[in-house]
Amino acid sequence: MSADRIAVAKTYKIYIGGKFPRSESGRYFTLEDKKGNIIANICRGSRKDFRNSVVAARSAQLGWGEASAYLHGQILYRIAEMLEGRREQFVAELVLQGVASRAAEKEVDQSIDRLIYYAGWSDKYQQVFSAVNPVSSSHFNFSVLEPTGVVAIMSPDDNSLLGLVSNIAAAIVGGNTCIVLASETKPLCAVSFAEVLHASDVPGGVVNILTGFRSELTEFFASHMDVNAVIYCDGGKAVAKTVQVLAADNIKRVIARNRVNWSGDAANPYLIRDTQEVKTTWHPIGA
Amino acid sequence: MTVTAAKKSRRLPDLSRAPVVDEVGVNERVARFQSRSIKKSSKVEALKLILSMIDLTTLEGQDTPGKVQQLCQKAIHLHDSMPGLPHVAAICVYPTMVGVAKEALADHDIKIASVATAFPSGMSALKVKLDDARMAVKAGATEIDMVISRGNFLGGDYRYVFDEIVAVKEACGDAHLKVILETGELGTLDRVRKASMLAMSAGADFIKTSTGKIQPAATMQVTLTMLQAIRDHYRDTGRMVGMKPAGGISTSKLAIHYLVMLHETLGNAWMTPEWFRFGASSLANDVLMQLLKQSTGLYQSLDYFSKD
Repeated sequence: MSADRIAVAKTYKIYIGGKFPRSESGRYFTLEDKKGNIIANICRGSRKDFRNSVVAARSAQLGWGEASAYLHGQILYRIAEMLEGRREQFVAELVLQGVASRAAEKEVDQSIDRLIYYAGWSDKYQQVFSAVNPVSSSHFNFSVLEPTGVVAIMSPDDNSLLGLVSNIAAAIVGGNTCIVLASETKPLCAVSFAEVLHASDVPGGVVNILTGFRSELTEFFASHMDVNAVIYCDGGKAVAKTVQVLAADNIKRVIARNRVNWSGDAANPYLIRDTQEVKTTWHPIGA
Repeated sequence: MTVTAAKKSRRLPDLSRAPVVDEVGVNERVARFQSRSIKKSSKVEALKLILSMIDLTTLEGQDTPGKVQQLCQKAIHLHDSMPGLPHVAAICVYPTMVGVAKEALADHDIKIASVATAFPSGMSALKVKLDDARMAVKAGATEIDMVISRGNFLGGDYRYVFDEIVAVKEACGDAHLKVILETGELGTLDRVRKASMLAMSAGADFIKTSTGKIQPAATMQVTLTMLQAIRDHYRDTGRMVGMKPAGGISTSKLAIHYLVMLHETLGNAWMTPEWFRFGASSLANDVLMQLLKQSTGLYQSLDYFSKD
C-alpha cells in the first residue's frame, strides 16, 4: 500500500431481516483499543431495532422451520465455507480487540469447525432426541422435536466469535430464527459474521444481529411477547432475576449459559435440544 | 332534491382542464407526513380512531359462510380483554356473502359493505353490473364498493365511465356508493386526479383507491392526490366526499401517517368513520397489538389475538 493512500474504514452496522441498517435511533458508541485509540463507531441498538428484528425473525421462522434438515445442514456448511475464506479478517479483528494472535487464530478455526459440527447434527438430532413411547393402550405413541420459534440471544464477551457462532448454530440448525446481541466489548466479529451469513444463502430474518448495551436491552429481550426463548450468557444474579421475571409473562424458555467452556463444552447436541419443544402424538392402532 | 333532479345536476367535468399533479411535490409532501412522530396519548387516540375506521375485509374466491361469520365475530369482539375499544366501521364482503354477514351482525352497529359491478375487473355488461349491485343491496348491504371500467377510462371514453357510475348510484338507492378507481392500473397521478373528479361528479359518496387485487394498491401518493381532489370538489360544490385507501396498509405506523395526511389535507371534519375508511384485513390486529403495547409496555405477539 502506498503511503499516501487514505485507508477506507468499514462502517460497522447491524443486521436485521437480511439488511444492514444503522440503528433507527441514530445512536452509536465508540470502540477503543487498550491504548485508547479509536477502532470504530458501533451502532448502539435500541429497543425499536430489537422490535424490528423480532418482526423479521417471526416472518422468517415459518419458512425456515419447515425447510428440510438437509437444507439446514447445507446452509450451515456454506456459512463455514464463507468464514474459512475470510479467516484472516476475523483473526485481525479479534487481535484488534485485544485477543492474543495465537488465541485469535484458534478461536476462528474453532468457530469454523463448530459450524461444521452443528451442520452434521442437522439430520441427526431428531433421531437422538425423539422417541417411540411404550403406552398401555392400543396407540402408537411417539415424541418428536419442533423448533420453539424465535430465540433471543445475549452472547458472551469471552470468546466473542466462538460463543456467538455456537449459540447461533445450535439455534438455527433446529429450525429456529434468532436475534443476537453481540458482545458489548468485542462487537466487531459479530458484524463481520453477519456479512458471512449474508453471503451464505441464509434467508433474511433467520439471524438478526444487533450491537449495543446489554444493560439497556436485556429487559426487552426478556419481555417481548413474540419471543419464545431467551438465552443469556454470563449474566449475574440481577440479570438472571430480571430475565426470569419478565420471561414468565409468556412463559418463554429461559436458558442461562454461564461460564461455558466455549471451545469444548459448546460442541454439544444438548444446545440444540435447549430450544426445541417436544410434540407427542397418540396414533390409534387398529385391532 | 329528488333523484331525477340530482341526476340532472351531475355533469361530466371537462377533464382536459384537470389540474396537473406535481409528482415531485407529492413525494416531498408524503415524505414529510412520514416524518411526523405521534406518541403516547395522541397515539392511543389515533389508534382508536383507526380501529373505528376499518372496513374489515375478506374478498377471496375461497370465502365460505364460516369464514364470513368468523370475520363478523372478529368485528364484534375485537379484543374483549381490553375494555373501551371502538368497533370497526364495516365488514366488506362479496355480494353472495352479504346475507351471512347481515345475520351475524344483527343487533350490532356495524355496517355491511359489499363489492359489486363484476369486482375486481369490472369486465362485464352494464346490466349485469347493475343486477350485481341491486342484489347486494337487496341482501342488506348498506354500502356498495363498485369498480370503474378502467379500460374505457384509459381509452379516453370518460362519458361511458361517468354514465356507468351514475347508473350504479341510482341502482344503489339509499346505499352509500364507494367508487374504486384501481389506481394501480391508472399509471399516473394525473389520471388518478381525473378519475377522482369524474367519480365525484358522477355522484360517488366515497372514492376508494384499490381492489386489493392489483399491485401497487393504496400508496400515500395516490391517496394524497385523491384527498386533494376531494378538497377541491368540496370547495367548488360544497359537497363532502369520503375517502377509502385500501390494500397494503397493514401496520399502525403507516395508518397513523395516513391520518396525519388526512388531517392536514381535509381537516377535522373528515376525521370520522363517516368520511374516512381503511380497507384492510390485517391492520386491525396490528392496531390492537400497539394499543396493548401502550398500556402494558410489552411488545405483543399475534399468538394472543384472534385471527380475522
